[in-house]
Amino acid sequence: MVPSAPDLSFRSGRNRNERIIGAILFLCAALSTLVTVGIVGVLLTQSFAFFRQVSVVEFLTSTQWTPLFQDKNFGILPLAAGSFLIAGGAAIIALPTGLLAAVYLSEYAAHRTRRILKPLLEILAGIPTVVYGYFALTFITPILRSIWPETDVFNAASGAIVVGVMIIPTVASLSEDALSAVPDTLRQGAYGLGATKLEVSTRVVIPGALSGILASFILAISRAIGETMAVTIAAGNLPNLTLNPMESIQTMTAYIVQASLGDTPQGSLAHQTLYAVGLTLFLITLSMNVVSQWILGRFREEYE
Amino acid sequence: MPGAEGPVGPRTDGGLGGGQRPRDRRRHILGDVFAVVCGAATLVGVVALAILLFDVVRDGVGQVDLAFLTSFASRFPERAGVKAALAGSVWILGLTALIAFPISVSAAIYLEEYAAQNWITRLIQLNIANLAGVPSIVYGILGLTVFVRALGLERSIISGALTLSLLILPVIIIAAQEAIRAVPDSIRQASYGLGATRWQTVSRQVLPMAMPGILTGTILALSRAVGETAPLIMVGAVGFIAFTPSGLGDQFTVLPLQIFNWISRPQDEFHVLAAAGILVLLALLLSMNAAAILLRNHYQKNRN
Amino acid sequence: MPTTHDIDTGGKAPALEARGVSVFYGETHAVKGIDLAVPANKVVALVGPSGCGKSTLLRCFNRMNDLVTAARIEGTVGFRGKNLYDDDVDPVEVRRRIGMVFQKPNPFPKSIYDNIAFGPRINGFDGDLDALVEQSLRQAALWDEVNNRLNDSAYALSGGQQQRLCIARTLAVKPEVVLMDEPASALDPIATQRIEELIYELKKNYTIVIVTHNMQQAARISDYTAFLYMGELVEYGPTDTIFTNPREERTEEYVTGRFG
Repeated sequence: MVPSAPDLSFRSGRNRNERIIGAILFLCAALSTLVTVGIVGVLLTQSFAFFRQVSVVEFLTSTQWTPLFQDKNFGILPLAAGSFLIAGGAAIIALPTGLLAAVYLSEYAAHRTRRILKPLLEILAGIPTVVYGYFALTFITPILRSIWPETDVFNAASGAIVVGVMIIPTVASLSEDALSAVPDTLRQGAYGLGATKLEVSTRVVIPGALSGILASFILAISRAIGETMAVTIAAGNLPNLTLNPMESIQTMTAYIVQASLGDTPQGSLAHQTLYAVGLTLFLITLSMNVVSQWILGRFREEYE
Repeated sequence: MPGAEGPVGPRTDGGLGGGQRPRDRRRHILGDVFAVVCGAATLVGVVALAILLFDVVRDGVGQVDLAFLTSFASRFPERAGVKAALAGSVWILGLTALIAFPISVSAAIYLEEYAAQNWITRLIQLNIANLAGVPSIVYGILGLTVFVRALGLERSIISGALTLSLLILPVIIIAAQEAIRAVPDSIRQASYGLGATRWQTVSRQVLPMAMPGILTGTILALSRAVGETAPLIMVGAVGFIAFTPSGLGDQFTVLPLQIFNWISRPQDEFHVLAAAGILVLLALLLSMNAAAILLRNHYQKNRN
Repeated sequence: MPTTHDIDTGGKAPALEARGVSVFYGETHAVKGIDLAVPANKVVALVGPSGCGKSTLLRCFNRMNDLVTAARIEGTVGFRGKNLYDDDVDPVEVRRRIGMVFQKPNPFPKSIYDNIAFGPRINGFDGDLDALVEQSLRQAALWDEVNNRLNDSAYALSGGQQQRLCIARTLAVKPEVVLMDEPASALDPIATQRIEELIYELKKNYTIVIVTHNMQQAARISDYTAFLYMGELVEYGPTDTIFTNPREERTEEYVTGRFG
C-alpha cells in the first residue's frame, strides 16, 4: 500500500515573497552599476559639448590653462603637471616610508607593537583632508619658507608633503597584506640556509610580494592624484607648468573646486571645462586602479 | 669578496662562538641598521600624527568653548562659532546613514547570499571595487549634475546627503560583504536543513551574526563622509550660514566646509577658528570611532 | 554493477528511493547512477572511503545539493510516491520533512531554547512551543542535562551535547526521515556512544540514513549498509551480510579494513 503522496509544492505566498525580496536585493546591488553609468554618462556628455568647441589636440598639447580669462587657453598640461608634481612628491615620501613600515610590521614588530601601531596608522588614514590642508598651510609652509625664503606662500612642496603623509597608511597597510601573504615556508627555507632577517626580508619576502607592493604603490599614487582639499588649500590655484615644488601650482582637483565655487554660468564653455578636467582625472585614476587590481589579482593567484 | 672571509684556520668552537668573521659582523650590523630604519619609517606616520594633533590643539584649544559651539559663523572672528556647521554635519551624518546603510547592506546580501556565479555578478563586484577608488570630487561632479541640477534638488542638504551616500556605498558594501562572509557556512546549512527559506536564513541567522561587523564598517564609512569637503563644495554647501537646517530642502554647511572657509581667509584670527573647528570635527570623528571600537570589542567578548 | 538488492521492506513502500541518481560538480562526476531504496523505520548506513560520494548522495535526499551552485543532479528520488526533483517540488518543503544532522555540531549562536524553537517558528508552528521544545529535547536524551538552563547559550554545551541539541532541533520540525552526515566523527568515544544509543531509539519513529567512515559504528547501528566506491554503489544489503558475507571482493576488502 502506498501512502498518499506528500504535498511538497511551492507555497505560493511564501514563494512570491522570496522572489520579491530577491529582486529588491538585486536592484540594490545593481544600483552600484548605475552610479558608474551616471559618472561616465555625465562626464562624457558634458565633455562632448566642451570638445565640440575646443579641439582634443589643443586640450592635450596647449601649455596654457586660462579658461576664465579674456585670452582663453584650454591646455590641460599645467593642471596635469600640477597633479603629477604633487603625486610625485608624495610618492617620494610615502612609497619608501610605507614599504619600510610594512616590512617592520610584517617581519619585525612583536604582536603587541603591531596592535598599537596599526590602529595609529588607521587614525592617520581617517583624518579629514581639510585638516591636512590646515596642517600644510599653517605648519609645513612656514617651515619651508624659513628654510628657503623664496618659497611661495602656496607651493607644491607643502601639498606634496602632507599628501605623502596621507597616503603612507595606504602603502603600509596594502604592502603589509602582500608581505604577510608570502608563505612562511619560504622564510624558513631562507633562514635554514643561514640568512639574516635583513636578507630574508629583502631577498625573499619583498621579491615574493613584489606585485602586491607594486599594486599598493599604484593605488596610493592614484589616491594622491585624486586628493583635493589639502592641495587646494596648500598648493594654490595658479595653473603653472613647472617642476619647481616651491612655486604655486594648481592640480586638476583644485581647478574643479575653483570652477564650482565661482559663478560660471551653466552651459558656458568655462563651466564645461569642469567636466573635461573631471573626465581626465577620472580616466587617469580609473586606469591606475584597474591596473592595480589586475596586478593584485595575479598576485593572489601566485599563492593560492 | 673572498678576501674578507677572515681566518680559515681550524675552529675550536664550531664557528658558533664570539669570534665572528668580519663579513658576518658586517651582515649583523647591517641587519640591525635595517631594523632600526624600518622601525623609524613606521614612526614617521605616528610622529606626523602627533605633530599634526599638537599643532591643531595648540592653535585651537583656547577658542573652543560653549559660545563657539552655540554661535553661528560671523564676519567678526570673536563672535564666530560652528553651530550651523555642527548641525549640518549631524544632519548629513544621519541622512547619509539612512540612505546608504539599507542599500549597501542589501547589495552585500545579494552578492554574498543570492547571486549566481555569472558575468553579471562579476561585473557588479568589479564595479564596486572600482567605485571605491573614484576620487571623491568626481562624486561631487555627479551630485552637482544629477541631484542639484537634473533632479532639481538645488543646493540642499538632501543633495549633499545623496552625493555622500553614493560615495560611501562601495565602502559599506565591501565591509558588509566581509562581515557576511565571516559567518560560518555551517550556520546556513543548519538553517536550510531545517526547512528555512533563503530569506529566513539570511534575516534570522546570517544577518544577526554579521551585524556587529556591518555596523563597525558602516560607522567607519560614515566618519569618512563626515570628514568629506570636496563633494559638498561641488553640490553647493556654503561656508556662511546663519541658521540650522530644519528640512531636507534647506541650504547647509558642514564642519569641514566651515573649516575650509576659515582657512581660506588670510587673517590669523580665522585660522584660529579653523583650528578650533578642526578640534570639534576630530571630537565628532573620535566619538564615532570609539563607538565602532566598543561595538567590535563587545562582539568579540560575546562570541567567546 | 548491482542494481537490484535483496532489501526486505516488510511489504511497506520504501521511505526513500533513489533511481539513477547522478551528481556532477562541474566536470567531476561525483555520484554515478545510483539506485537505492531506504526502508521505512530502518537505519541505512552509507559507507566508503572519503571522496566516494556518500555525503553527496545523502544530500540528494533532501536537496541540500541545490545550495551548491555548481552541482547538477540527474535521476529521481522517490519520497512516498513523489519525485523530490519534480519541477513543482519546493526544496524548502522537502527539507522540512527530511531533516539533516551535520558532521560538526552546528548550533546557532543563541540559547538552547531558541535553537530548538527556530524550526517550528519558521514553519508557523502555533501550538505549545514550550512543550514541543521539551519533547524534542527528551527525544534527543538531552532534557535531563539542560532543563534548568534552557536560556543559556548553546555554545556553553559540550560537543556531544551540542550534537544532541542539533538532533533535537531537527526532530522539533517533525520530519519523517533524518539524514545524518557522520554525526559522531567530531566527538569523543563516550559522546559517540550516546549518539549511537539515541539513533537506536529514534529508529522506532523515524527512518534514518547515516553516513559514516567508522565500520564498527555502521555494524552496530544500521540495519542495512550501502558500500560506495568512486561514486558507484558497489553493494547494498542487510548489514550482517555486508559485513560477514559480501558478494563483492571490494566490499570485503573495505569492511575488513584492507583499504580505504
